[in-house]
Amino acid sequence: MTVTHDPAAARTSEGAQELTSRDIVSAIERLHELGAVLRLSEAGALEAERDRTPDDETMIINMGPQHPSTHGVLRLMLELQGETVLRCKPVIGYLHTGMEKTGEQLSYLQGPTNVTRMDYASPLFTELAFSMTVEQLLGIEVPERAVWIRMLMTEMNRISSHLLFMATNGMDLGAVSMMLYGWREREETLRFLQEVTGLRMNHNYIRPGGVAADLPDGWRDGVLRLLDMLPGRLAEYDTLLNGQPIWRERLQGVGVITTEECLALGITGPILRSTGYSWDLRRDMPYLAYDEVEFDVVVGSYGDAFDRYAIRLAEIHESMRIVRQCLERMPAGDYRIQDKKVTPPPRARIDESMEALIHHFKIFTEGFKVPEGEAYVAIESPRGELGCYIVSDGSANPYRMHVRAPSFINLQSLPHLMHGGLVADAVAIISSVDPILGEVDR
Amino acid sequence: MSEETAVDGADAPAEEAVVVTETMFGVPVLHSGGQVVLHPTREGYPGLLRDLHEDGFHSAVDLCGVDFLTHPGRDLPAGVTAERFEVVVNLINHRNRSRVRVRLQVPEGDPVVPSATSLYPGLDAPERETFDMFGIAFDGHPDLTRILMPEDWIGHPLRKDYDIGRIPVQFKEAPAVRR
Repeated sequence: MTVTHDPAAARTSEGAQELTSRDIVSAIERLHELGAVLRLSEAGALEAERDRTPDDETMIINMGPQHPSTHGVLRLMLELQGETVLRCKPVIGYLHTGMEKTGEQLSYLQGPTNVTRMDYASPLFTELAFSMTVEQLLGIEVPERAVWIRMLMTEMNRISSHLLFMATNGMDLGAVSMMLYGWREREETLRFLQEVTGLRMNHNYIRPGGVAADLPDGWRDGVLRLLDMLPGRLAEYDTLLNGQPIWRERLQGVGVITTEECLALGITGPILRSTGYSWDLRRDMPYLAYDEVEFDVVVGSYGDAFDRYAIRLAEIHESMRIVRQCLERMPAGDYRIQDKKVTPPPRARIDESMEALIHHFKIFTEGFKVPEGEAYVAIESPRGELGCYIVSDGSANPYRMHVRAPSFINLQSLPHLMHGGLVADAVAIISSVDPILGEVDR
Repeated sequence: MSEETAVDGADAPAEEAVVVTETMFGVPVLHSGGQVVLHPTREGYPGLLRDLHEDGFHSAVDLCGVDFLTHPGRDLPAGVTAERFEVVVNLINHRNRSRVRVRLQVPEGDPVVPSATSLYPGLDAPERETFDMFGIAFDGHPDLTRILMPEDWIGHPLRKDYDIGRIPVQFKEAPAVRR
């Protein structure tokens, strides 16, 4: 293939991001917008598409960026034939704030403050991915207690994130009472996170070297209160939603995807598991201490919106199992590594020792230096594989910080899931993909 | 790119280097944090991805760019010339639960990389993002447009020579005061 590449054009590309009318776009692009995973040549694409070309009028409409069911600022351009969606193209970037660029200006200690704002429904996971990448570059091992605290907190966060999904999924499909219940239980979970980290969201709790603070007194009561409360509430959801014919009708068989398509599109998390493919990084590539706890990876069988909903509901139960094991097995010890290079000295030492004061000052002004190199660490966030890639040039700031956001990749499934469905189902499909736009646009 | 040796066959060591470079799929290899990092040439990149795909790496997890403008020196296997840009691709093999990373050197003067979307359709959005952020063009991509920045934006924000904090918020109809 030859390229006629003009550097000036590359600098100022004016290419349209919108979905355009059929006669303008190439057959390959059109096929892509129809949701085809297979990549063909232009001629092959034309051939494959021939029988699908609609014979009468179609209409391109915008859904979003302000549509309430698009979870923020997702803009979908849909080509409709009557009520049927023929093509779909997500247009994103409305929430882009350049967090990867910002990350290059912040020290490793400030980094979690930045990345925690990416996925605002499960902020602890991005912090964890970032911290684990930095720790791999530093070559340090965090103490056992910190590992278990991290596990406890991220599983709590997974519960709150899935509860948020329950709420919004219910709201999108008209089950407004579900929204109220989901929000209520999520608030209880966030209250526990607040007790520990001081903040409901954007915690900046997991930091390179451990966590910011030890668990407060009475944390066990907080966990137990949640563990006692949630099973009953989840049973209520079960009765309210699974027992409801309208709910099942709206979700079953809607937005079906197969395993092969998921793997080709790089889709992970509940969407991949809904196709019956058992893949969970917690079990398959264990990090933290997930190889020491017992839990099941929940899979679906049809790959439809109902499976994705049911998997998330079941994952709340699995997370509660892990939380209970964290509660029983929480080891004693340090909540952060005692490495002078990375950890500031304890508060009491600062009063006694000039060196400790200087050390404290240096760590918070200059930050700590991280050896040259590059690392990619991935964890299982509620939405799929959340990876962090950091290139270090040996200074106190990352040279390049890239976050592989699961929502960003999972959004690519939308054209596929939408094709041939109804506009009303589009809402159910967006909801079942559960994108967090802060993470999509970063 | 011309002085780079196209290492064909697993037994061919890199030329003029005393250290025999480890190769895999005929491509120099480094290990980083327990993961295999492959360093193909631009010509060998599509072939390498095909080999990896056949070997079971059915899923491309991530693709991103790196601009090494202010940090030219870095660890690379012998025989690989450091260029300004790098395209980093992370692949995963679900069967034996392994990952590989492909680091592809992209020269500043000709930032074009063959697109991998025909093999890994999931790289569609990441390639658009890399194009948007670094100005690295992907040859053969079906829809290479900006994805995060507005389509009339000038410049590529994640390049190291792109200043931060200088540009006021722009609305489409407002007159440009960019520098």
